[in-house]
Amino acid sequence: MSEAARGRRTLAALGVAVAALFAASLLTGPAGLTLGESLSALLAGEGEAAVLVMREIRLPRAILGLAVGATLGLSGAALQGYLRNPLAEPGLIGVSSGAALGAVLAIHAGLSAAFPLALPLMALAGAGLAVLAVLALAGGAPTAGGGALTLILAGVAVTSLCGALTSLALNLSPNPFAALEIVFWMLGSLADRSFLHVQLALPFMVVGWAMLATLGRGLDALTLGEDAAASLGVRLGRLRLLAVGGVAASVGAATAVAGAIGFVGLVAPHLLRPLVGARPSALLPASALGGAAVLLAADVAARLLAPGQDLKLGVLTAIVGAPFFLWLVARHRRGLA
Amino acid sequence: MLAAAPDAAGGEAAGAPGPGSGVAGADRPGSAAAPERVVSINLCTDQLAMLLAAPGQLVSVSRWATRPGASNMVAAAAELRANDGGAEEVWLMKPDLVLAGSFNDAATLALLRRLGLRVAVFEPARSLDDVPERLRRVGRLLGREAEAERTVAGFEAARASAAARAAGLRRLPAAYHYPNGYTSGAGTLAADVMAAARLENAAADLGLSGVAPLPLEALVMLEPFLIRTRSLADTRRGRAYETARHPALERLAALGGATVEERRQVCGTPFVTLAVEALLDARAPALAAAR
Amino acid sequence: MSLLAVQGLSATLGRRRVVDGATLRVGPGECVGLIGPNGAGKSSLMRAALGLIPAEGARTLGGEAAGRLSPVERARRAAWLPQEREIAWALSVEALVALGRGPWLRPGRGPGPADRAAVAAALARMDLTAFRARPATALSGGERARALIARALAQDAPLLVADEPTAGLDPAHQLSLMETFAGLAAEGRGVLASLHDLALAARWCTRLVLLDGGRVAAEGPPRAVLTPERLAAVYGIRARLDWDGEAPVVQPIATLRPVGESGPGSPTTDC
Repeated sequence: MSEAARGRRTLAALGVAVAALFAASLLTGPAGLTLGESLSALLAGEGEAAVLVMREIRLPRAILGLAVGATLGLSGAALQGYLRNPLAEPGLIGVSSGAALGAVLAIHAGLSAAFPLALPLMALAGAGLAVLAVLALAGGAPTAGGGALTLILAGVAVTSLCGALTSLALNLSPNPFAALEIVFWMLGSLADRSFLHVQLALPFMVVGWAMLATLGRGLDALTLGEDAAASLGVRLGRLRLLAVGGVAASVGAATAVAGAIGFVGLVAPHLLRPLVGARPSALLPASALGGAAVLLAADVAARLLAPGQDLKLGVLTAIVGAPFFLWLVARHRRGLA
Repeated sequence: MLAAAPDAAGGEAAGAPGPGSGVAGADRPGSAAAPERVVSINLCTDQLAMLLAAPGQLVSVSRWATRPGASNMVAAAAELRANDGGAEEVWLMKPDLVLAGSFNDAATLALLRRLGLRVAVFEPARSLDDVPERLRRVGRLLGREAEAERTVAGFEAARASAAARAAGLRRLPAAYHYPNGYTSGAGTLAADVMAAARLENAAADLGLSGVAPLPLEALVMLEPFLIRTRSLADTRRGRAYETARHPALERLAALGGATVEERRQVCGTPFVTLAVEALLDARAPALAAAR
Repeated sequence: MSLLAVQGLSATLGRRRVVDGATLRVGPGECVGLIGPNGAGKSSLMRAALGLIPAEGARTLGGEAAGRLSPVERARRAAWLPQEREIAWALSVEALVALGRGPWLRPGRGPGPADRAAVAAALARMDLTAFRARPATALSGGERARALIARALAQDAPLLVADEPTAGLDPAHQLSLMETFAGLAAEGRGVLASLHDLALAARWCTRLVLLDGGRVAAEGPPRAVLTPERLAAVYGIRARLDWDGEAPVVQPIATLRPVGESGPGSPTTDC
């Protein structure tokens, strides 16, 4: 089978998986609705209580699961391609830690209690400011060979600073309950999100996706290094802005509504790379679908494993992500042996 | 965004209308019928509701109400459905009133309002006077004003009797110590409990307010009557759980101190007088023996 | 119409002037060898000429002022083969070579029959057809080098600029690469390649440009440039030169001054 055909097969299989998991997400919850009841409530509007459950509670949650997962997968693939480093993940350029800092400040200052959307909005603002700081630190168009490294360094610096300030806010929190609220928010969750959250986050995510989708050819050319890519007609400065901007917008919005969810943006591209012939442009859509599948699965698992309690998504993805790395190490050693 | 209904007295947050909820305010003066299905998702409102609700009026309380270390009404809670505070679960119980605390998940509260439910939110109590206020508010919400007044009267009587006990005692400097070095400064329920036992809040004198960090050194220098809290959460070990066992604290406690059960004063319920009694018992063992 | 022409080209790296007023021209049918000691500025000159690093001076590519060309237009006129043989991901050799078609693909469209033909031709020319499905990172050093050259060939540009393309290749592949370059020149294209192997340069290049300290020290046919005086002055070596016979011989025999000592106008660090 040709590479292109194999790539199409992979995308189709991923699409089917995402659709199935989206349906599973819609059907999971304490309401105990049958398949028939769920469908008729969702589509035909029958069954008063069930309709609100399906349309106002489960549907926004499923949509966010898909969108946030796709965002994490897509931006992970984009950053790994741009930085030419398979260990890059969306949080590397400071977006997640900036968003977390914004959210934490909202909780700390009591704004989140006063005005429900204060938290996501401040998280978005935090993400934006963090990215601007990274871009300012890393400088404009990359000089030969130095562009990716300075971006990574700037990202690490801003992430560390935001992390330190977040810890400071925790340290100085007015009471232990606020500290707990902050910690739990940072673990990531999609529980009880409504369409308000979807309306807030989706526009930014879509803008981010649009920016990242244009990177395909440039990332392919970057396989040969920045010099060769420039000689192939790639505008490196524009590529950098689109990559960083796209990640900032989409991951910032995702973190704003769902908290900090790690590993998805790292694991999805890693797993799918061999299936798309390692071409960065082919990895972008595959990783988006893969990330959506992983996050939807995690959200369904969170509700099945601990039905009453709010099992945090970030915890689940970390529990799966860490063994994944152990497996990677084992495979690497076997490959070397 | 916060609409204070005319009958909600100072400082409390009333339930605010969310988009699409169509409800003017959870605390409506002179609302027509009493709610028939009440769900509480907060430990403090759980207990207030259990005290005042008519039989069958309260449908569900939070799981916290069933925990011995946290709740004063475990037996009563066991007879009701326990909920985990999720919007879907609450919605399915078809309540006509939801009682919540300001520390419940903001997303959950917003979603409940969006679904059209009536949600009454209660801030944590900060003084003994807050207790009758809360009792009366819950009474109004549940249409059980008479029951509320009876409970308030009982509370006031207990308070008065404790005040009588405390009358002869001299004022002592005292301070709370919680795990990880926190204390209760001015403006907290615990501070008011101290005051009722004629104990001066040394932490408040230092300028601390709310639940605030107090370094061990500073605490020791105050040489206060040391009050620590105990939760029954650690019954697995077969003995009551004691907070940090620093030698300095032990020495301090030996000079004079008390242990108060957490569940008495974590919420603004009538059970808080039991905390005052515990402090008085510790201050005057002879008095306690005579009772 | 020249494929590449620079006049008074100067470039600075950090605080050092790595290219100083260089003038150079490559026309169709030419295979120009860029030679000079380490640190003479060969790489910098080529990169400055292609606009990959900022430079002053006049530059034209395919007759047009380079400053007025978009990056894609520039890519269609000149293919650049860098010295660093970076391959970040385990693409198949075919996919790697196909990267050279980038400047010709329409945005949002995949490769067409012309692109596929160019890739196949490049693979064949570099003797890689058997490897087309193999991951590029699993190749040996020499095979890798050939794959990257094939990419540049697939780019199908009139001018090929290569930085030390023969490094790491075995003698057979070195010879066949130079034959390929000669073949490209014969087709009417142009090649500008920097070389350390003076014998290869002498045999296969139509013209040599000798760089020393960022300046053009000599230019002309190999026999005119590779004189004992020049070799002594610029490289600091004494060599055996033999222009008769099947192929020119340029064999370094001894150094004339301690290696690493700065001669007039030669920087001590690699460019």
